[in-house]
Amino acid sequence: MSAADARNPSDLQLDAFAIDLRDLMDRSVANLYSHLVTRPTGRAVRLAIESQLRELSLPAVSLVDLSSVSILDYSCADEVVAKLLLARRARIRPHREVYFVFQGLRPHHREPILEVLYRHGLAAVTRGGAPEEPAELLGVVSPEETASWERLEALGQVRGDRIHEIFPRDGLQEALDELVERGLAFRHPGRGDVHALSTLLQEKP
Amino acid sequence: MKVIEVPDTLDYRGVEGLMAGLADVEDGKTLLDARHLRWIDPVGMVSLLGAGRVLAQRTGTRPRFQGPESGQVAGYLARMGFFEAGAQEMELDAPRRRAGGSSDVLLEITPIAENHHVHAVVDRVQERAGAILSRTLRYPPSAVIQFAVILSEVCQNILEHAEAPGWVAAQSYNWSRRLGRNVLVLAVGDLGRGFKGSLGPEHAGRFGDRWSDATALEAAFIHGLTRFPDQGRGQGIQQMRKQVRRWDGVIAVRSGTARIADVPEWDDLPPLERDLPSFPGAQITIILPEHREESS
Repeated sequence: MSAADARNPSDLQLDAFAIDLRDLMDRSVANLYSHLVTRPTGRAVRLAIESQLRELSLPAVSLVDLSSVSILDYSCADEVVAKLLLARRARIRPHREVYFVFQGLRPHHREPILEVLYRHGLAAVTRGGAPEEPAELLGVVSPEETASWERLEALGQVRGDRIHEIFPRDGLQEALDELVERGLAFRHPGRGDVHALSTLLQEKP
Repeated sequence: MKVIEVPDTLDYRGVEGLMAGLADVEDGKTLLDARHLRWIDPVGMVSLLGAGRVLAQRTGTRPRFQGPESGQVAGYLARMGFFEAGAQEMELDAPRRRAGGSSDVLLEITPIAENHHVHAVVDRVQERAGAILSRTLRYPPSAVIQFAVILSEVCQNILEHAEAPGWVAAQSYNWSRRLGRNVLVLAVGDLGRGFKGSLGPEHAGRFGDRWSDATALEAAFIHGLTRFPDQGRGQGIQQMRKQVRRWDGVIAVRSGTARIADVPEWDDLPPLERDLPSFPGAQITIILPEHREESS
C-alpha cells in the first residue's frame, strides 16, 4: 500500500474480500447441508475461510456474508465468528492483519452472534442484509469505544493530522486506538488516517 | 425370564418407574412388558429404547418386547418409528403395516450418532415445525428457527459429551386435562458417559467427596461447565435454558441418579432430584406449552 493513496479510502489498496458462507458451505462442507449448525460444520467453514485468508495480500478486509444462512446455532457462531476474532486478538497470522465485517445479519443471527461475542469479550462490525442498512458495532465495547466508533462511522475516515481535533484526549482518542487495535477500525500504516471499515467496503467508483 | 413391567403411562414422569424396574436385572432373559401401556410420549419412547439397550448390555441378550394391547398406542408407536428404532435393541414384532401416515408427527424417533444426523433432523423439523409452533402453540414465526437451534444444540450434546449414540423425538399433544393447553414434547437420550463421567476428569477434584451425578448436573446446567478448556463450550445448555424460559417451558436433564430442571409455575417437577434409579447416559426433556397472553 503506498502512502500517497491514503487520502481517499476508495484508493486504498486494501484487499476487500467477500466470503459467502453459503457458497463456502457448498464447496467445503457438503452441499446437502443447508444450515450452519453443529460444531464440526462450523469448524470446516472456518478452516475454509482461513484457507482463503492465506491467499490475500495483507492487510485485508474480509466480508463474511451470512445473508444466505437460514439457521445459525451457537456452536457455529462460536466456531466461525468468535474463533476468527479470537485468532485476530491472539495476533495469529494472517488474522491479525485482517479486518472482519459480518454482513447480511438477520434478526435470528444476532442472538447467537451476540452470545459468543459476550462470552469471549469480543466485538464485531456487522451489517444487515439491505445495502441501506448502516453498519453496527456488536459485542463488548466501552461507552467511549461506542462513541468513537459512531463518530468515525459518521465521518467515514479521519486524516491522521486531524485525529486529535475530532477525537479529543478525554477518552475518545484512546478509545479510537483501542478500536484500531481490536480490528474494528483501520489505521493507514503510512499516514495514520483512520477509516471506518464500512467505508473500506464501499465499491470503487 | 425376568419381566419388567412398563408403566401404563410412560411420559417424563412415568419413566422413573421403568428405570426402577431395571435396577436388579443382571443376567438372564428379560421381557419388557408393555401390554398395558396406554399413554406414551417421546420421553417414554426414548427411555424404552434406552431400557432395551441397557438390558442387552447387562445380560448379553436383547430383551423381548411385548407390545401394547391397545391398537391405538401400537399404531402411534409405529408412526413415531419406534419399531424400526427398537429392532436394533429388542426382539419385537412390529405391526405388519405402518398405521396411518406420518403427517401428524413432528419428529419421529431418529438415531443421532454423527454430525450429519443433526443436519437431517434440523432440516426435517424446519419443514414440519412451522404449523405446530404457529398454529398449535401460537408462537411467532421466528420460533421455528429458535426451535431448530435448540434441537441442534440438544442433539450435539449427545455427540460432544456422551461419546455414544442416542435418539431424539418430538411431538405435540393436547394436555387438556393436565394443563388445558397444547404442548410440544422434545426428548433426547443417550446411554453414554453421563454428565458425571464427562465432567469428572476435569472437575471432580474440586468437588471432592461432594462429586456426584447431582453436582455434575448443577455444574453443567447452572454454571455452564464442560470438559473442554475452550471458553466457547458449554453454551448449548445455557442457551436452551434461556429460550425455554422465554417460552415458559420445562427443561429437565436426567443423568445417572439425578435430575435437574428449570420448572415454570404450571409444573411441579422438583428443581433437583437425587437418588433416582440409576440409568446410564443423559436424558433431556423439553416441554413447550401453548402461548397464552398472560404467560408472556
